[in-house]
Parts: sequence; C-alpha cells; structure tokens
Amino acid sequence: MTSVVEAPERAAGERRARRLNGRGIARQARASRRLRTKRREAVTRAVVTYVLLIAGGVILLIPFAWLVSTSLKPPTEVYAFPIVWIPHPAMWDNYVQVFQQSPFARYLLNTAIITSIGVIASLTGSSIAAYAFARMEFRGKRVMFAVMLATLMVPIWTVLIPTYIFFEKIGWLNTYLPILVPAFFATPFNTFLMRQFFLTIPLELEESARVDGASRWYTFVRIILPLARPALLIISIFAFFYYWNEFLLPLLYIQSQDLLPVSVGVSNFVASQQVNFPLEMAASAIAIAPPLILFFVFQRWFIQGIVVSGVKG
Amino acid sequence: MTATLGVTTPAPPLARSGAKRSGLKRREELEGYIWVSPWLIGFFAFTLLPFLASFALGFTDWNGVGTPKWVGLSNFIHLFTADPLFWQSLKVTAIFAALYLPLSLVLGFGLALLMNQPLPGMRFFRTLYYAPSVLSGVAVAVLWGFIFNTNFGVLNWMLGLVGIAPVPWLESSFWVLPAFVIMQLWGVGGSMLIYLAGIQGVPTELYDAALVDGATWRSRLRHITLPMTSPTILFNLVLGLIGTFQIFTQAYIITQGGPNYGSYFYALNLYDTAFQDLRLGYASAMATVLFLIIALVSAAVFRWSRTWVYYAGRRGPAG
Repeated sequence: MTSVVEAPERAAGERRARRLNGRGIARQARASRRLRTKRREAVTRAVVTYVLLIAGGVILLIPFAWLVSTSLKPPTEVYAFPIVWIPHPAMWDNYVQVFQQSPFARYLLNTAIITSIGVIASLTGSSIAAYAFARMEFRGKRVMFAVMLATLMVPIWTVLIPTYIFFEKIGWLNTYLPILVPAFFATPFNTFLMRQFFLTIPLELEESARVDGASRWYTFVRIILPLARPALLIISIFAFFYYWNEFLLPLLYIQSQDLLPVSVGVSNFVASQQVNFPLEMAASAIAIAPPLILFFVFQRWFIQGIVVSGVKG
Repeated sequence: MTATLGVTTPAPPLARSGAKRSGLKRREELEGYIWVSPWLIGFFAFTLLPFLASFALGFTDWNGVGTPKWVGLSNFIHLFTADPLFWQSLKVTAIFAALYLPLSLVLGFGLALLMNQPLPGMRFFRTLYYAPSVLSGVAVAVLWGFIFNTNFGVLNWMLGLVGIAPVPWLESSFWVLPAFVIMQLWGVGGSMLIYLAGIQGVPTELYDAALVDGATWRSRLRHITLPMTSPTILFNLVLGLIGTFQIFTQAYIITQGGPNYGSYFYALNLYDTAFQDLRLGYASAMATVLFLIIALVSAAVFRWSRTWVYYAGRRGPAG
C-alpha cells in the first residue's frame, strides 16, 4: 500500500527533480550562450569602433601631414607624382625664406600684442558683468540677460558698416583700437559662460566675507575670481584663438605693413608669392603652430569649456 | 553714451514697491547697474546703436562721403528684383547650409556615439578629432586651397588611389561648394564634442531601466538618446545656421567667390558691396536682409523643433 503510494510520488519527485535539473542546465547553457554572444557582440563593436575611429583619424591627420611635408619640399618635389611624403632634402630654408621675404617676425609680434590684450580684455569686462548677472539684484536684470543671450545671434555683419564709419570718423583707422576697445565691454558668450560658472560657487563663501565687512569688489577679486580660475582659463583659451585668427577686422582697419597681424600677413604673403606652394605652406605652418601647441597643452580645458557652454548653453 | 546713462540710472520706484524701498536696497540696485555696465555700455555702443544705424542706412544711398541721401525702399526693391548677384549669393549660402548642416549633424552625432563607449583610448581620439576644429582662419584656408588643387592636391591623389579621376574642386562652380563642405567638415570635432557632452548628460537610470526591459541598442538610441539630446541638436543647428551666413575668410582667401560666383557667399557679397564698391547704403540694406533671414530661419527652426525637441524638466537650450 505504502509502496504503491510512494512509488508514483517518488517517481513524480524524481521526474520533477530531473526536469528542474534539466531546466537548470538548459538555463545555464542558455545564459552562458547569451553571455558568450554578448561578449562576442561587445568585442565586435569595439573592433568596429576602433577601425572607424582610426580610419577617420588618419583622414583628419592627412592635411597636417600634407602641410608639414609640403612646407619642407624643394620645388621639384611639389609636383612629383606619386606624392613624395618625406621631402629629400628637407628644405628647412623654406621657413627662413618666409621670414626673409616678408616682415613675418613683425606680423607675429603684432598678433601677439593683439592676442594678449584681447585675452585680458575678454576676461575683465565679462567677469564683472557676469558677477552682476549671477549675484546681484536690480530691476531689469532678467530682461537684460535675455537681451544679452539674444545678441548672441546678431551677426557681426549687421553692425559692421556703422562701426567702421564711426571708428573712421574718430580717427582710429590704422590702429588696434577698433579691434581691442570693444573687447573690454563684456561679450555675450563670455559673460554667459562666466555667469554659469559663478552660479556653481556656493553663496556662503561670499556671505561670510561680507559679514566680516568686506566690500563687493574685495570679495569679487579675493574670493570669487580665484575660485573661478577654470572658467577664466577657458575664456582665455577661446579668446586666444579668436584674436589669433581674427582676419576681417584687421583687414578692414589696418593698412600699414608693420601693423599687420599674421592673418592678413599670410594672406598678403600668399598673394605675393604667385604659386610657390612650399613657401605658402611654411607660412601657414608658422601661423598654425602656436594655437595648435596651445591646444595640446590645454586640451583638457578646451573640452571642459565645450561641456560648460554646450550643455548648459 | 547719453542713451546709456538714461538706462543705467534706475527708474523711480513704482508706487506699490516704492514705499518699502529702503536706502540700502536702492544702493544695492545702483551697485548692480554699475557692475553690469560693461555689458550695458558695450551693448548700446557696439550692438544696438550700430544696429539701428545700419537699419537706417539701408534706406539711403551713400558712398561714405558727404551726407547719406534718403532713397526710401529702393535699395530693397533693387535687391529683390534687379540684383542677380544678391540671389546668387543667397543661393550659394543656402546650398552650402543644406549640404553642410545635415552632414555635420550626422557625422558629429555618430562620432559622439562611438566615443561615448567605455573603451580605452577614447580620450586620445576625442583630442585628435577635436584638434582641427580649433584651427581656423587664413592659414587653414591657404592649406585647403592647396589640398583641393586639381593636379597636385592630396585630395585628388587619395581619390586616385581608389580609381576616381581628378575632380576640378576649385575650378568648377559645381564642385566648389562640395569642396567647402569637405573643408568645413574637417572641423566636425567641434560639434562632436558638443553632442558628446549632451549624450553624457543623459541620466544613466534611463538606460538601466531600458536594459531591464530588454531594449535593443537601436531602440535605446531612438527613444532615449535622441530625445534627451534634442535640445543640444537644436542648439547646434541654430548656431551652425548663423555661422553659415557669416562664412567669409575661406571664400575670400581660397576662391574670392569664384569660379563664376560659385562660392560667392552672402558675407563676401556684403563685404565687396560695402568696402570695395563703397555702396554703403546698399550694403546696409543687405545687412538688414541678412538679419531678417537669420531671425526668420531661426524662428522657423525653433517652431519646427517643437515637434521633436524634448525638454526634460522644461530646461531650454538657452538656459
């Protein structure tokens, strides 16, 4: 009786156990198979990613390689086919020629002057105005801020003609003043970027200083600006590039050879060369080198600058 | 300057808040205006007043000497009805924008997706791809002018490696715009980085939840990444559009607008009209039209964007 009852129960139990076990094994097998396909997918994806990025990277680097290679070529190799990538002999003299045939050192000095004043100018006005937008209460602030953001979309071409006439009338032609004076008055992009950064600084730091009787200016210079160093650096880098590359304004306002910056200098040099590619490329390489070096030194800050202005912008 | 003063001085307090306004508060307000004055003065002196002056000059005939002669709407009428170069420069700019903006969006976003993967070496690639975009101006234009050289340029040499016959990039009014697009796409790392920042700002919980639900890579892209980064895409699109209308240096240096006005960008046309032909009134009218085009197209993009931009927590792209 018992055995009769027990037998089917035992059998059922064994069957269940077997089934469970089987299911377990099957599940395990499936899981490991899934894991394996997943891992294989991940490997495939990584390989595809690297292949694409390396191929794209090589394409992006070719213009640089082409620039350096051509700038060192003797005239005979410029027109060689197939392309000679490593010049033989390497004509370092091409670079010397650039300096000998044009006042290139003077151009570089002028650009250095414009750029350094431009960077200082960009920092001053913007950070002061940004501090007002971030920390002070006054009527019309919101409207002003909205107007400032809207002016980001006003192209320079819509103000260029009257400003040109104005600067001509007050005798600023052939000076750096039309390029540099407006820079001291907060530009919208920099002001926006600084304000976003100021907003991330905890209020308590200033409040305690204010309670101790420190003036606004003192708190700003001694507490806020040191804390805002990353933002100041980002603005400096962007401003450096802007003023280094600026072409339209010096083209309009500067006439004397010995006041020209590198941008207009290269343009004139190329025009005077009548197709001498190695020298043209050497001049371009000299003009590109300082910003490129700066980029690689400060690339971390560049990328952060984009993140701050891009995401929050 | 007088106009500026008129605004910087705080208006007399309104009746309802006036009574409670203490001297301290007023002092604070004044301080605020002083601190914001670098922007305020700059705005009036270098943006608003020139803008209004440019608008007014658009209704005059003037070569910079003597007084401008009022001519009413005739500059605008002439622009739209009797100036083929105006239409040509608009066409060039529009075609360029239509080619460049979508390509830069797709390439930039694709690269950002690739670089968003947790793989070693991504920092290196990010820097490498971003580098060309920080370089601009004359030297880069000179370099590309040589890259596009039909007989000796490196681009045609590369195309030759895969059996493509030399393309007359800068010698054909058909190919010159594609050439400009290629040159501009060299700097795609700039928009890539902005997209990458946008993608990394998407809360990871969304992806975790999607993974639990077994969402595929494609549906995660379509239903999470794209909607969540749509404000960034809009921001890039509008900025790119405005940038397109200001392309000047490259065209001035490489082609001077040629061949046969094939790369006669709007800004170049404006520059020639104002500073070569000294038709300052007419050029000011062109500047007004440029401003209106940018305002209208931006407004249209913003309006269109309402159908696809998703603002999590209603935070707009402009803060």
